[in-house]
Amino acid sequence: MSEKYTALYEAHQRAGASFTDFGGWSMPLKYSSELAEHHGVRNAAGLFDLSHMGEIWVSGPDAGAFLDYALVGKLSAVAVGKAKYSLICQADGGIVDDLISYRRTDEKYLVVPNAGNAETVAALLAERAAGFDVVVEDVSQATSLIAVQGPVSEEILLTLVPEAQHLAVTELKYYASVEVTINGQELLLARTGYTGEDGFEIYVPNAEAEALWDKLLENGTALGLIPAGLAARDSLRLEAGMPLYGNELTLTGHAYSAGLGPVVSLAKESDFVGKTALAAIKESGQGTTTGRKLVGLKGQGRRSARGHYQILKDGIVVGEVTSGQPSPTLGYPVALAYVDVELATPGTLLDVDLRGKAEPFEVVTLPFYKRQK
Amino acid sequence: MSKVAAELKYSAEHEWLASHEAGPATIGVSAVAADALGDIVYVDLPEVGSTVTAGQTCGEIESTKSVSDLYAPVTGEVTEVNADAIADPALINSDPYGAGWLFKVVVESYGPLLSATEYAEINGGVL
Repeated sequence: MSEKYTALYEAHQRAGASFTDFGGWSMPLKYSSELAEHHGVRNAAGLFDLSHMGEIWVSGPDAGAFLDYALVGKLSAVAVGKAKYSLICQADGGIVDDLISYRRTDEKYLVVPNAGNAETVAALLAERAAGFDVVVEDVSQATSLIAVQGPVSEEILLTLVPEAQHLAVTELKYYASVEVTINGQELLLARTGYTGEDGFEIYVPNAEAEALWDKLLENGTALGLIPAGLAARDSLRLEAGMPLYGNELTLTGHAYSAGLGPVVSLAKESDFVGKTALAAIKESGQGTTTGRKLVGLKGQGRRSARGHYQILKDGIVVGEVTSGQPSPTLGYPVALAYVDVELATPGTLLDVDLRGKAEPFEVVTLPFYKRQK
Repeated sequence: MSKVAAELKYSAEHEWLASHEAGPATIGVSAVAADALGDIVYVDLPEVGSTVTAGQTCGEIESTKSVSDLYAPVTGEVTEVNADAIADPALINSDPYGAGWLFKVVVESYGPLLSATEYAEINGGVL
């Protein structure tokens, strides 16, 4: 059962949320209808409590060099104010977590791991920091994270930002962050998300979280903002073709079969944890020319594939579904799955064993859904 | 809390049954089950003319987040299925005891059934 509650737990209770355990946290699953929340984010905006995510500050003269060693990407090359998606791997290339690192100054990064992995990542970073002039500080317990996602997010946010700082918000690029005054507080604002829509994530001390949540709802309701739970978050990220740690990304999987090869910077001169193993995996063609790789599947019927269902070709098992459900936006079943690489070409027809009955699915290019810009 | 309709009987698998002196019984799923499933997007019902057996699966209900089997609370021949619920499964969420009914059966025999009070006590619904 859940042992942890976010600073917004009571606000969710008052809003009538039903809760689910996620990574040890009791989180809102939905407030009323997960479909309405999903459509709300696509059409206007949704408000998410993501306070279960971790926040780890990495500071010091070696911050960039350290993250180059601890993560698979070249974080030292990230410009101040920008962010980068990366992986933290074991020595064998297994994925410990996927995470976003925001470079705030030359010597300071905010690393954001997933809820269920936050403590593991913090401990691993501390361990890997030996020999580097850095301080690793896990502030997850004190920090709340509120996301506003959807096409009217910017308009809503601007109602809480002084006019003199509006340009800092409107000019903020995707995968970038800036400190601005929001609801009277100096806060870190990032233009990132997990929904496939434009949107923002706001890092706020626990003590200020509820006031900010309420104010966003107060100002945003007229523009269509509704609170949205993890059910909608999951269907939104699936439509956007984004992997979920625990489903698509695991300790026994690796970046190449997950389609995340470009995230691994083998070209980095310096060593990093997992480099030798990942170079060997790449060389062997695992996940590209041999083995299985992650693909998108589109259902031809109405029934949905779900996690762990087997994928068949002529009755032979050729893969496994990792995430699947009916796509609320597209109106047909979608799924992410690992399939044998020779059957991973878009247009290939495969069957999914739906509780004893084979149903046809087609391999399609990801993402399933892409917003109009 | 989910509503439990007082005038109905229930199976442990969350189907409700409305018996009628003359004519077939109507079967649906409880609000407790519909709320737990989340937004229902697909329902697979037994065919008209087929025979369902009490305690056996006879279809399935799929929501955005999960899928669950539908169990027959009685044995008998299916005389009608709710085409509106097939076309618009959201009816099962919005009106589980009314417009969201699922199918009708000429009852030959009953499986174990609970009163509304018993069902609500076990499953946490309100009468």
